[in-house]
Amino acid sequence: MLTLRSASDVVVVRQTVRTWAIEAGFTLVDQTKMVTAASELARNTVDYGGGGTARLELLVDGARRGLRVAFEDHGPGIADVAKALSDHYTTGNGLGLGLGGAKRLVNEFDISSRVGEGTRVVITRWK
Amino acid sequence: MDRIPILKLRGLLLVTIQVDMHDRLAMQLQDELTARISETGARGVLIDISSLDIVDSFIGRMIANIAAMARVLDAQTVVVGMQPAVAITLVELGLTLPGVRTALNVDKGMALLEAPAHGIADQYAPDAHTSD
Repeated sequence: MLTLRSASDVVVVRQTVRTWAIEAGFTLVDQTKMVTAASELARNTVDYGGGGTARLELLVDGARRGLRVAFEDHGPGIADVAKALSDHYTTGNGLGLGLGGAKRLVNEFDISSRVGEGTRVVITRWK
Repeated sequence: MDRIPILKLRGLLLVTIQVDMHDRLAMQLQDELTARISETGARGVLIDISSLDIVDSFIGRMIANIAAMARVLDAQTVVVGMQPAVAITLVELGLTLPGVRTALNVDKGMALLEAPAHGIADQYAPDAHTSD
């Protein structure tokens, strides 16, 4: 499990996800998509969630291998998840592509959020 | 502290990003580069991202901002050396870098910046044609 408190922790998450994606046998393009999605979500955790954690898991399903990363924070939560997922929605100074963009880069995307309690986003990409 | 060097080369500024950029470093580069454009009167900026193994929305926004600020300071920006896997991911992410010119490598980027100004302006700066 990795702690996410600052911009340099986001870099550590990127590097760790890269290492694990290589281990899962991902192609270079698939590695890049997973690392980019993780980078978006790690930054959200730091910037909007007030910090949190990233938990990585290698998955084996028969012959299939995959990588799952769960991001969790205890920040303010997201009031309207559907709206937050739409492109160009932004509360900060990004391009508003973070959540929706990350979703497009992975095979499975789960988000749960409660106002005042925090947010959990789980992404999975299969080889 | 990390710092991204900015080199002056034949009237152009060359920035080679070789570290895994964290967000503060990206912001610092934006500030330093605009200061150097203003100091040197450079008419072109080349940003070599061949060592970057990802470009996410934050780094993409930083690149788009640099290009926009440079344009206001009368300099053109060309991003060179994007890795194919990064290009594929960027498009899927939804980031198309409008207004940012790209070239495959530093040589081609320099040729683009050193080409006659008219060709560049006509092709890439449609707002330059708005009538008064």
